[in-house]
Amino acid sequence: MSGSRRVWEGQSPERLYVIAGGQRAAAETPLDLVTLIVARSEPRPGMQPEHLAILRLCSSPLSVVEIAAHLGLPVSVITVLLGDLLADGDVEARAPARVRRAQLPDIAIVETVMDGLRKL
Amino acid sequence: MDCENSEETAHPQSDGIPKSAGVKIVIVGGFGVGKTTMVGSVSEIRPLRTEETMTQAGVGIDDPAGVEQKTTTTVVLDFGRITVSREMVLYLFGAPGQERFWFLWKGLIEGALGAVVLVDTRRLEVSFDVMNRLEEQEVPFVVAINHFQDSPRHAIEDIRESLDLPESIPIVECDVRSRESSRDVLLELMGYLHSLTATQEAS
Repeated sequence: MSGSRRVWEGQSPERLYVIAGGQRAAAETPLDLVTLIVARSEPRPGMQPEHLAILRLCSSPLSVVEIAAHLGLPVSVITVLLGDLLADGDVEARAPARVRRAQLPDIAIVETVMDGLRKL
Repeated sequence: MDCENSEETAHPQSDGIPKSAGVKIVIVGGFGVGKTTMVGSVSEIRPLRTEETMTQAGVGIDDPAGVEQKTTTTVVLDFGRITVSREMVLYLFGAPGQERFWFLWKGLIEGALGAVVLVDTRRLEVSFDVMNRLEEQEVPFVVAINHFQDSPRHAIEDIRESLDLPESIPIVECDVRSRESSRDVLLELMGYLHSLTATQEAS
């Protein structure tokens, strides 16, 4: 991973714009940092390298922020790339167990996290 | 558990892959207070890092004086993960507490279960702004005091008074280098959330 990261270091904003293929309309469901992404199709010849890299990473569910860290690209760029893949049905996005503003989380979520932490 | 998103998770091809959802906890504090250490202590993976290149407009009130390249600033976000169940992955983010980084909190605090305010008793002033901000955003939080070897030891109640913190908000001492100690801070937060939720349901 650190190898691919180095390749993208020192990138200019223009370069990122090219990777992201310009701007598309915003995705219907906004992606959270911890939205989990799962690949739904196999990498195909001719796909953009960044799309391929995401498909390979997401053979098991991986969060948006993890994809960004592994590929060494900003979350904002990953979000655009995921928008392409979502539009083409190549990946599935699983929205986080969100807590709405000024609301408390579902008690079942709290208990699941507590149980998990106690096992650490 | 994830009923809100059931239509998104129910996918004909998803058999065999555990249904899963991410949840977030944010650890906020000043520079050098131990956020990244805490994330690393409890994370099941080596903490990861992502960099965002912010334009000056995005940086807002950050003062670029004396910086040669004034157009962009790189912001680093460290995070870790804990698989808490087959269905749920907890992500921990370390977020800088200084006001000029608050723009970063936007994607972090939204939808988070809660926050840990990590306090260095040598620099209490950073914590005031952080706690006010969390209250404004209506994010539940607990306060954790990281003990550095040379940090003065204060009684918890003295710190509560200094921070002007209501009795209802838990304060715990911790050593962020320790996995158990850091985990206990997270458990304190979850216990606090549990009690808040139980109170709300009872009323």
